[in-house]
Amino acid sequence: MSELAIRLRGVVKRYGPITAVDGLDLDVPEGTCVGLLGPNGAGKSTTMRLLTAQAIADEGELEVLGFRLPEQSKAARAECGVSPQLDNLDTTLTVEQNLLVFTHLYRIGRHDRRAAIERALAMANLRDRRDSRVDKLSGGMRRRLLIARALVHRPRLVLLDEPTVGLDPQVRQELWALIDALRAEGTTILMSTHYIEEAQRLADTVLIMSHGRGVATGPPAELVARHAGRVAVEVYGPPTRLAEAERDAREAGFATRRTGTSISVLGIEDRDGRVPEGERRPANLEDVFVLLTGEEIE
Amino acid sequence: MNGTQAARPATTLGRLERPALTGVLVREIVNFSSYWRSASFSSTVEPTIYLLAFGLGFGALVDQVDGYEYVEFIGTGIVATAVLFSSAFPAMFGTFVKYQFQRTYDAILAAPVDTEELVTAEALWISMRAGVFGCVPMIVAIFFGLDPSWGMLAVPGIAFVSGFGWACFGISIAGFANSFENFSYVVSAVLTPLFLVAGTFFPIDTLPEWAQVLANFNPLYQCVELVRSAVFGWEGWIDLARLGGLLAFGLVVWRIAIHAMTRKLVN
Repeated sequence: MSELAIRLRGVVKRYGPITAVDGLDLDVPEGTCVGLLGPNGAGKSTTMRLLTAQAIADEGELEVLGFRLPEQSKAARAECGVSPQLDNLDTTLTVEQNLLVFTHLYRIGRHDRRAAIERALAMANLRDRRDSRVDKLSGGMRRRLLIARALVHRPRLVLLDEPTVGLDPQVRQELWALIDALRAEGTTILMSTHYIEEAQRLADTVLIMSHGRGVATGPPAELVARHAGRVAVEVYGPPTRLAEAERDAREAGFATRRTGTSISVLGIEDRDGRVPEGERRPANLEDVFVLLTGEEIE
Repeated sequence: MNGTQAARPATTLGRLERPALTGVLVREIVNFSSYWRSASFSSTVEPTIYLLAFGLGFGALVDQVDGYEYVEFIGTGIVATAVLFSSAFPAMFGTFVKYQFQRTYDAILAAPVDTEELVTAEALWISMRAGVFGCVPMIVAIFFGLDPSWGMLAVPGIAFVSGFGWACFGISIAGFANSFENFSYVVSAVLTPLFLVAGTFFPIDTLPEWAQVLANFNPLYQCVELVRSAVFGWEGWIDLARLGGLLAFGLVVWRIAIHAMTRKLVN
């Protein structure tokens, strides 16, 4: 039985007529990596801002590392590290100067600052670039520096808001290795993402969000088994053929989803109904994501 | 997996903590190392140009103003202009850029720093700079005939107190503004009139009586008068009242700045 690093109950956050977070419950056990997965506008970033008290909930209970928010938020923030979605590094400073500033902001004692900076540089593999100005770094290096900055005070909890958004696949993999190393150290991580592969690879538990609500939660494999079964079949063809296949599959009781060029018919392994012809593949988290968050772009 | 940590009822960090203020100040100091040349140039050269233009221009036409030689009159009055230029303007534009474009304040507020500490430290930093930059035109005036005096040692302090108020004023304006364009209204309708009726370039007793009364509520005028008292001789209780006025101005706009920025940054 592990303790919870984050506990949200019935959290609501409204911006005028828009309800960005709508009765959200979230548990993040200590020492685990939890992924908030959802399309743009699902409420992931607002949830992250609620956890640092940069947004104040209209309703509900929030606890971070045992501290009640927003009253005790400052104490909670002292033990959290935050890597934001939007780069907010000081671009005219060097890598090392950026970290130095945050050793002060996170109240690291004078004698420990040097070691803290060296450790963060090593984790982010930026030792060779310590004297480089931030505006001379690549996008991937800046992302690594953002994460290093969040780790400089050895936080118990790290909040990563879309840590790899807009990056090349190679750079993304590099960051995944960094986040995985953090996980291996036992740091608790809450990571928002709309990259399904990212959540599948890194998260012990995933909470799928849609319209500010949590619509499903569990380990990725369990979510796939629960909502999409084990095997899916991809049906290809012209639009009329796809529409026909979709209608037939639904009439036969299968869940389906569109992929753009094909129709995926899900959970075909335990069904006696007529299984359409097509390419079989294992069901995946993307199937669950689309099933639960909808096929239409809003 | 369902156990929750016991809540920590007594653990809250305090307000206006020194480590938080220091953290924000360290960020500013480290950043200043990358732009000190341009900041120092704009904050000192512009008032010095005013000093030279008015001092040499009017100085050739006007012998004495209010009992002082014109270079003495303007060399002391221009301190308030330098304070204004090095506090209100950087506070307005710098604050807006930091929250709107650089998102610096999002990064700082994710650390154990609250808005009150952030605003206070930013205002302290700007006012420290104003305390130094404010004295530059006065030092230049010494080379053009302003006699040095021991009272000049108090001028950085006066510039600091005055600069704190104007820094908070600038932060407040940035906190209420939605775009850079909003600043034009403030500069044209508030700062320019205050700047011109501060007794810097001409004595306010040449103005209509209603304007003289209003000028007494102008913190720039109080700064000008305090600096002249420091340089030419203190006026006792009147100067204490002027200092009290500057402190009250600083206190009021400090709270307004915190309110405006909290509204902007925490939603």
